[in-house]
Amino acid sequence: MTRDEITTGLAEILEEVAGVNPDDVAEGKSFTDDLDVDSLSMVEVVVAAEEKFGVKIPDNEVQNLKTVGDAVTYIAAQS
Amino acid sequence: MSRPDVVVTGLGATTPLGGDVASTWDAMLAGRSGVSALTQEWAAQLPVRIAAQLAVDPSEVLDRVRLRRLDRSEAIAIIAAQQAWADAGLADSGLDAERLAVSVGSGIGGATTLLAQDDILEASGPRRVSPHTIPMLMPNGPAAWVGLELGAKAGVHTVASACATGAEAIALGLDIIRAGRADVVVAGGTEAVIHPLPIAGFSSMRAMSTRNDDPERASRPWDRGRDGFVLGEGAGIVVLERAEHAAARGARVYARLAGAGITSDAYDIVQPHAEGEGAIRAIAKAIADADVAKRDIVHVNAHATSTPVGDMLEIGALHKALGDHPVLAATKSMTGHLLGAAGALESIATILAIRDGVVPPTINLDDPEDGLTLEVAAHKARHMEIPAALNNAFGFGGHNVALVFTRA
Repeated sequence: MTRDEITTGLAEILEEVAGVNPDDVAEGKSFTDDLDVDSLSMVEVVVAAEEKFGVKIPDNEVQNLKTVGDAVTYIAAQS
Repeated sequence: MSRPDVVVTGLGATTPLGGDVASTWDAMLAGRSGVSALTQEWAAQLPVRIAAQLAVDPSEVLDRVRLRRLDRSEAIAIIAAQQAWADAGLADSGLDAERLAVSVGSGIGGATTLLAQDDILEASGPRRVSPHTIPMLMPNGPAAWVGLELGAKAGVHTVASACATGAEAIALGLDIIRAGRADVVVAGGTEAVIHPLPIAGFSSMRAMSTRNDDPERASRPWDRGRDGFVLGEGAGIVVLERAEHAAARGARVYARLAGAGITSDAYDIVQPHAEGEGAIRAIAKAIADADVAKRDIVHVNAHATSTPVGDMLEIGALHKALGDHPVLAATKSMTGHLLGAAGALESIATILAIRDGVVPPTINLDDPEDGLTLEVAAHKARHMEIPAALNNAFGFGGHNVALVFTRA
């Protein structure tokens, strides 16, 4: 999967879970500061991403995923 | 210091009869039933396959993402509170948030969330359980969400007294303003448990009507053919305000909340006291608290759920505590029984009855019980001057609440 494909997949999840406009989702964007994803919604995003991309994202990794790009890098390395 | 007067300055509701107060009241005065057949697949196996479902689904009002984190009872409490808040004209009034409190309860709470998430737990494991589960099912959830929505900082309170909840939440609001702890209290009840488990539970108690082939005629308080209540869902919210505060901002006043009476039976967990002793005391206390003449209380919105025992006990209690002059209404004949929201929705009906000078109809009262010695506006609304009116609400657990409203 390319980085762009992963970003698009994350954008779909973010729209479903938190109502984020897919056009706003880009690698440089921070989940909390730029996309307004709160801590409970972030849990939902992580669980949905695990399912969508067939990866495991342990809780102690989630705190390192500050931006969409961080998440894309982590998922790309796992899948 | 004299006790402050408390008035009602805003109303909000979403009910089986309409998505707001105006449409609900119009439907009530027209004698329309909100009861229909449950066509969901899960209903087929149940002994009860009718209910009074919301006329307007919350998804038509709140956005999808917001609804993901709300139990249905929370969503409709927010919708009704938004309406009441706008109706009261408080949005840009400069009200100090620290003088605004909330008192909203529910009879059963977030049961549908609990059950849906348990299904997920069983099917997919704990990691799939929504992180919103706890705030969706906690009993204080509806009150807390309403408080968040309106920015209330004088306290957010949750009453839980089964089918007396909505009325008791309003009584608590009265106490809060009288005690000087707030100038405005957004108060009421909410309920949304049309789901197989609560229906099966009530049904096992033999408390519900099984008139499945004739939904609109199933809720028939005081009629000889009644066979139990019909479950309804909805929310009712009133804005209570210190009268001087309302006058100072030139607010439109619907009615005055003159008094409340609360008692407990200490008799049985579900059966009402055999002589209605607790109900009699609640009504008497409300009248004394309101300091109005009994003869001025010419209308009662009764609890009257369409159960064989409860309906007639209330008639006896009204006889003893109030007299035989009031004209009664059982609006549950149209709305079904909204459990924790019932006392709030029926308070709204009582307030509008006073404002408009009209007793709403009681439908399906085709063959009244012999013991129904008080007058009822059967089938058709009755226009009359209503200087004061009473609303009763009783709940499993032996809760009795009576509220007296008077003309502003």
